[in-house]
Amino acid sequence: MPPGDDVVLRVENLVKHFPLKGRIPFTSGGVVKAVDGVSFDLRRGETLGVVGESGCGKTTLARMLVGLEQPTSGAVRFGESVVHEAKGRELRALRRRIQIVLQDPYTSLNPRRTIREILFQPFEIHPDVLDRRRRLDRIRDLLDLVGLDADLHLDRYPHQFSGGQRQRIGIARALALQPDVIVCDEPVSALDVSVQAQVVNLLERLQEELGVAYVFIAHDLSVVRHISDRVAVMYLGKLVETGPEASLYDTPRHPYTKALLSAVPVPEPAGRGQRQRILLTGDPPSPVNPPSGCRFRTRCWQATETCATTEPPLAAGVHPVACHFPLAA
Amino acid sequence: MSLLEIDDLRVAFPGPTGPINAVNGVSLKVDAGQTLAILGESGSGKSVTAQAVMGILDTPPARISGAVRLHGRELLTLPRKQRDRISGEEIGMVFQDAMAALNPVFTVGHQIMEVLRVRRGMSRADARRRAVELVDRVRIPAAKDRVRDYPHQFSGGMRQRIMIALAISLEPDLLIADEPTTALDVTVQAQVMELLAEIQRDSGMGLLLITHDLGVVAEVADDVAVMYAGRLVEQGTVEQIFDGPAHPYTEGLLASMPRVDRRDDVLYAIPGAPPNPARLPAGCPFHLRCPRATDECRTALPLLEALPANRASACHHHEEVLGATRR
Repeated sequence: MPPGDDVVLRVENLVKHFPLKGRIPFTSGGVVKAVDGVSFDLRRGETLGVVGESGCGKTTLARMLVGLEQPTSGAVRFGESVVHEAKGRELRALRRRIQIVLQDPYTSLNPRRTIREILFQPFEIHPDVLDRRRRLDRIRDLLDLVGLDADLHLDRYPHQFSGGQRQRIGIARALALQPDVIVCDEPVSALDVSVQAQVVNLLERLQEELGVAYVFIAHDLSVVRHISDRVAVMYLGKLVETGPEASLYDTPRHPYTKALLSAVPVPEPAGRGQRQRILLTGDPPSPVNPPSGCRFRTRCWQATETCATTEPPLAAGVHPVACHFPLAA
Repeated sequence: MSLLEIDDLRVAFPGPTGPINAVNGVSLKVDAGQTLAILGESGSGKSVTAQAVMGILDTPPARISGAVRLHGRELLTLPRKQRDRISGEEIGMVFQDAMAALNPVFTVGHQIMEVLRVRRGMSRADARRRAVELVDRVRIPAAKDRVRDYPHQFSGGMRQRIMIALAISLEPDLLIADEPTTALDVTVQAQVMELLAEIQRDSGMGLLLITHDLGVVAEVADDVAVMYAGRLVEQGTVEQIFDGPAHPYTEGLLASMPRVDRRDDVLYAIPGAPPNPARLPAGCPFHLRCPRATDECRTALPLLEALPANRASACHHHEEVLGATRR
């Protein structure tokens, strides 16, 4: 079934297992279940935030969405196409529609190319998008859009820019081909605190002006709340709860979401000591050997026998939760 | 007399076009049992300040002046050997990257035992017993077995705990923690900060916390010193700083931070980027990014000025800022 009118990206039961080498050569050492059955719809012009701790599979998910990683099973659908089955012309068209902004603005720009060359490149790969004579104008518009000065900056190299400016260049590059979807993988976490807000505001303004949809992947729950319309919480390769931003943050229903939110420090010393904090014990288990049943049960304070034997599914609905004993809304 | 007194500390490094003043006249105090947070972004000089106190900056190339007193005793002029003894015994250190701070080829037990045997002259058996106690103290399950493990066999949060165990092994009076939770996930960060607070309550040591994270500061600090471009720009209690900042930089930082407990429509964004310490603008180092800058700010450097209620701000317009931010 092709996605409906307002759905731009449909993710169906996406799985990625990385095989491990065994201790003895040519044997298998099991698999890392990085992403283990993730489904969601991304609607036109909306921002879906994906949060989770390191190792939960956020980045592997991002890489599969843009076709940089081949899934073990499942599908990413864009219109009539399936991202990992497309070839040739169809694949090139897809790549144009789904772009990515990476975390580290220091390594995601080629240090030997000027900004002019970096921004011309998308048009060299997709020459039919824009007539050769109009490309420079487009690049100037793009720089203007992300708040850089074309006259001043066009012929500079990446090392001549600050981190925040480099991230703007990365965003301009992602926007060059007028995509429908931009996957942002930790786009502000490498930036200084005082610069993060600039980039977050820029992404919001661009969405308003261009109607592009974001998948915004980050570990910073405050930034995700600010920018997202809907939020998905990931734990050990699975989504445990998804919902509209306000309802998920104000009335979390999965114990993991609640613990995660309660661990975020609030910049208000007045309420210190009164806030209810759930301290999870230990670290997330290894994705090579995830716990049976519910994957969170080893750190959950209300786990029962059912949780060890039966895996709770993520139901459909506005604010679904994968838990046998969801918290009261 | 405070536990730690830093007086007009200056640290300069040689640069291609003359000295780079990484720290420019910083004065601070930490009392026993208190937590002072130094808040700043990259290049603000917060880590260099901590390193100068710890005595781990190489001189040369660094040039350090001013005074650093622990229990009233001047550290900067001490001969190397004595300095190292004091730094080792009375100051504990926790760094951001535990994998780099721990020795990868020795077990963690060995590394803790080594400290106890060299500094305290303990026997092997006593040192082992104490190492297990310390590892248990930082809440690592099965401490007796885990002391035989190597650093790479621990998770990030656990390694940070090992480093804390090592830092408190000689019962220091002062603990300096440089971004101790920056590399950790929030759930693990909360565990580690809770552990530090608990150890501090039990031992009464002073804590100098270096961080860029406003949330962490609000949760654990008693006093806050905000650094920008190598200078202190604001100083006060944590309530003073968060409830009514007296410097536009602090004001901007607080306004630019999204909150997890509510949603704001638009974030305030401080324009521009932190300045390169090698090329500071004339006048106030923040004036290029400051919405309140006037001609005075472009020419005259504002000095840190004492304000009522034991706080301080380095801004020509601190009264205006206070008037606007005080609730």
